[in-house]
Amino acid sequence: MSVLVVGASAAGLSTVESLRRKGYREPITVLGAEWHLPYDRPPLSKQFLCGDWDEDRTRLRPDTMLSALEAEFVLGDSAVGLDVERRTVHTASGRELQADAVVIATGLRARVLPDQGGLDGVHVLRTLDDAAALRKDLLEASRVVVVGDGVLGAEIAATARKMGLSVTMAGPQAAPLQSQFGPVVAGLLEELHASEGVHLKLGTAVTGLTDEDGRVTGVRLETGEVLPADVVVVALGAVPATDWLADSGLRLDNGVVCDARCRAAEGIYAAGDVARWQHEDSLLRLENRTNATEQAACVAANILGDAQPYRPVPYFWTDQFATKIQVHGRPSEAAEVTVAEGNLDERRFVVHYRRDRRVVAVLGWNMPKQTRLHRHHLVHA
Amino acid sequence: MKIIIDQDKCVASGQCVTAAVDVFDQRDEDGIVVLLNDNPPEDLAADVHQAAAVCPALAIVVED
Repeated sequence: MSVLVVGASAAGLSTVESLRRKGYREPITVLGAEWHLPYDRPPLSKQFLCGDWDEDRTRLRPDTMLSALEAEFVLGDSAVGLDVERRTVHTASGRELQADAVVIATGLRARVLPDQGGLDGVHVLRTLDDAAALRKDLLEASRVVVVGDGVLGAEIAATARKMGLSVTMAGPQAAPLQSQFGPVVAGLLEELHASEGVHLKLGTAVTGLTDEDGRVTGVRLETGEVLPADVVVVALGAVPATDWLADSGLRLDNGVVCDARCRAAEGIYAAGDVARWQHEDSLLRLENRTNATEQAACVAANILGDAQPYRPVPYFWTDQFATKIQVHGRPSEAAEVTVAEGNLDERRFVVHYRRDRRVVAVLGWNMPKQTRLHRHHLVHA
Repeated sequence: MKIIIDQDKCVASGQCVTAAVDVFDQRDEDGIVVLLNDNPPEDLAADVHQAAAVCPALAIVVED
């Protein structure tokens, strides 16, 4: 039996590591679109962007651990098509890679503004190269506007402030991350950013960019106001990287649609950001670092003949300024929020999110250990 | 089995404690990983490897 993993990031690499840990000794090929060996994304918007970490430190595994996996890494070549029947992947350079099991782990691609193409000074942040290009531009800039009020936008805004820039965050929500965290916690995040000197232009849509001589000069809001900028970062979320599967016959609907065991078709699996699997009575797709690892482990087990449904307790974290926010479960704007430990005024607390009297999420603010100890409210829910 | 932790890389997720509670703990004040036993008995090997695998910061290395 042979396995082909399409995607050489966290989910792809974790699939390989899990297969080997479970004793699978047959051939594995990993296809990666970028030339880089597998690297980690969470540091890109933080330690790498501000310069605390160099590129080497973002590597997921050192050479010794990678070579011990005895997998063939085909890098700098992207998948352009999949023949589901023959489990064959066609690549941009003309390769045909065939295997008994194919794992789709192609992740996400950043959303862009319609008019940002070709303009200097406009960035997205998804890849290591994106982060390096943004860092280079930020080092020469004094004013940056971050378009986007989600996790990535808020982290980039915090890092750029730390680098000494004048930072404006623009987005449609009333407060950063409000649709995920609800008004109580999002309100505290808004206060945090304001107190650290981030200019907040929230609750208003961005309608476009202004430019001069091929370089961005500002961000235009629906009110007509223009926010001047040397650099603009577009952090409007991302979409599953499934373009290459358009003609495959697989069901694509906000990701690769899978059954409860992460199977998209016979011998075809999906893991990580790109996978939308049957979770309890609905389809779920998670965009976070821990899901990449956990789902990959489940896929590896299923390739080897287990019949494991994937039932994670989702977990993600975000670091902004000196604040660490950790979330277990699935919070929502509509959920009822109550303080379970610590207190809001001291900015050290754990809150529970409840829907229909059931705890659906636990969120901690600068209380990591205590937050984990509340996780059991979800497991037994 | 030898375990090496990197407290600078640690992001205080506590996933390691969930996987192997006899081997890992977190500091009360900031949640950073603490090693309770750097050479645990073999019957904990599977849990320790699981902890290293699920660490989102890759801050745990296990040498057999």
